[in-house]
Amino acid sequence: MLIDIQVNNKKIQAKKGETILETLSRNGIKVPTLCRMENFTPTGACRMCVVEVEGKSGLIPSCSYPVEESLKIKTHSPRVLKARKMLVELLLSNHPDDCLYCASNGNCELQDMAVELNIRERRISGEKTKANIDQSSPGIVRDPAKCILCGRCVRVCEEILGVSTFDFYKRGNKTAITTSMNKDLNFSNCIHCGQCLLVCPTGSLHEKTSIDIVNQMLSHDDTKVVVQYSPTIAASIAEELGYRSNKDVNQVLNAILRKIGFDKVFDSSFAADVALYEQSAELADRIKHEENLPMLSSCCPGWIKHMEQSHPDMIDFVSTTKSPQQIMGTLIKSYLTEKEEFAPENIFSVSVMPCTAKKFEAQREEMTHKGVSDIDAVITTRELLNLIKLYGIDIHSVAEELTDAPFNTRSSAAKLVSVTGGLSEGIVRTLSYHLTGKELGNLKITKLRGLKDRKEVYVKVGGQEIGIAVVSGLKNANKLIEEIRDGKSKVHFIEVMACPGGCINGGGQPFCNDEKVLRNKSKTIYDLDQKEAIKVAHKNSGLVNLYKDFIGDPLGEKATKLLHTKYSKRDVLL
Amino acid sequence: MADLEKILEQYPFVQRDNLIPILQEIQDNYGYLSEEAIVKVGRYLKMPTAKIYGLASFYHHFRFNTKGKYHIKVCNGTSCHARLNTLIIQKIEKLVGIKNEEVTKDGLFSIEETSCMAACGNGPVMSINDEFYPDLTIEKVKEIIDSYKRLEE
Repeated sequence: MLIDIQVNNKKIQAKKGETILETLSRNGIKVPTLCRMENFTPTGACRMCVVEVEGKSGLIPSCSYPVEESLKIKTHSPRVLKARKMLVELLLSNHPDDCLYCASNGNCELQDMAVELNIRERRISGEKTKANIDQSSPGIVRDPAKCILCGRCVRVCEEILGVSTFDFYKRGNKTAITTSMNKDLNFSNCIHCGQCLLVCPTGSLHEKTSIDIVNQMLSHDDTKVVVQYSPTIAASIAEELGYRSNKDVNQVLNAILRKIGFDKVFDSSFAADVALYEQSAELADRIKHEENLPMLSSCCPGWIKHMEQSHPDMIDFVSTTKSPQQIMGTLIKSYLTEKEEFAPENIFSVSVMPCTAKKFEAQREEMTHKGVSDIDAVITTRELLNLIKLYGIDIHSVAEELTDAPFNTRSSAAKLVSVTGGLSEGIVRTLSYHLTGKELGNLKITKLRGLKDRKEVYVKVGGQEIGIAVVSGLKNANKLIEEIRDGKSKVHFIEVMACPGGCINGGGQPFCNDEKVLRNKSKTIYDLDQKEAIKVAHKNSGLVNLYKDFIGDPLGEKATKLLHTKYSKRDVLL
Repeated sequence: MADLEKILEQYPFVQRDNLIPILQEIQDNYGYLSEEAIVKVGRYLKMPTAKIYGLASFYHHFRFNTKGKYHIKVCNGTSCHARLNTLIIQKIEKLVGIKNEEVTKDGLFSIEETSCMAACGNGPVMSINDEFYPDLTIEKVKEIIDSYKRLEE
């Protein structure tokens, strides 16, 4: 139902049940916010969104006030602006004055707001918050001094991830955000997914960057610096590079990375195919022997850490197949070095991932071989964009190039892995091959597509109904695991991605809080799958050769040694 | 910690409203909320420990450290504050070498700032274990703390 309200002396239409803020933004009137997040219930904590409503004595927070018939609102009256300005001035009063050196310089909502409100002098100066920077996590750096207590990280971690690493500590002017018992992040139950740093409005939470070490290694003459990039990257940075948004910039990216100086450039999609091939073989094996079902996916490092700490009873159910990043890392330091006669120690293996938890995964003890880690440095999508900027590469002058042999082939199934449901789709396609030797009739499984947080589908594979459940947003995994424990779920395979929507919405991706952009990115990937000829992992010619020349059979001795891993219970403060 | 289980048993319904009474009872029995206790309560109520820690830290009543043999409570109510208890607190902290909410390494002293002790006419006030000390001055505080130190020599 539509109702008329008056905003800044102009009549506009509001939908009943909306908040004032929603009506305003639908009508193109921007009201600043600091604590608000799309799809979350409003808390009204920051008071930045206040507006003047005729007949009300105080200013009204528009984010939590429902529209009413014949409201008369002023969004930018002198009184409102004065209040907003004062709020920002107060937030700045105890904020460190180091914008130029801040990780979020140029990307900071507080800074933007100070600019918008034209704050040009310090009227209020308070005591600065003193706090130690927590550098303990391999992926996330936390600087409590820059925290403005908006509570977004607390809510994302609780309501989307179901992890609850953070909460408010103490009260009044002593309020802070802290982990349980004030521990450092690496002792906490943080899964390093990075969803909190996507929503942090300031530089209080940011990724731990590895650009410096990558740069240093690039200038070493006797070190071969190889790079792999996740299937998600090429499909999600087109816009940032200045192309139309739904282009897969794979070949441009190859050329850019070579220009930066990487000796070899690989697309992790090859390894994603290997992971699909190996994981579906594992699933087929478990289905044949009817053991350890449902099999849980293993490629999301955030989920793996969560499982190890919160659901250690599920360890046997989790696929032992390594993630694509680690498979590629292993192959580079075994197959490639053997083929090209390098010493693994002289290779510096960099991986570009949409994820901060991948930084954690790369330094896991299980992911090393004779003291040499399979992956030496992980940089996020954002860091890659910085690197491109740093090298000043003119994107429009590069000619498209291919990735390097021997990992230069892929199926389109490997690209699907970036979106929630895509891993399952890829696995079902190859599962049919493993179980029956035949191809699946219809390769496109529509019910597994879309950004919904939970999907369930039954697919007929060789006369057998195979149940697949897909969850994204880790909180949903907790619910599903409860159902498995209670024996309520009868599925065979469960795909878990910690970030809502899958890797395209990972904690290392460019900052964006628009669902439309996410849908666009997933469409890019589905379109690619539609167009390409090779849609199944087991038909990837490079993969076939790799198994023939080097690995042998899936789940065989060499495959187990190189492509599989193990998990162990983790003792952290839950 | 067998007794902790007994405390939990008294709350057979696993619901979050039981959190504060449970924490109160634990503190009454043990004098503070240990990490171990918080983990157990979290497991029992199916709550993340960060949430329990956050909630407990909201109330001054809850503490996360053991008490020293001599537990010093300094009133931080409005009236004592107006009578410059900040100087008293600073002096105590200097004398025993720890800050609010901490315990000395030898386990002798601990400091806690409390809300009003209801002796406003005689502020600033502090108590050590069950002994109350009114009308504090910096000199008086030194004498009192020294007397406790002497007891231990």
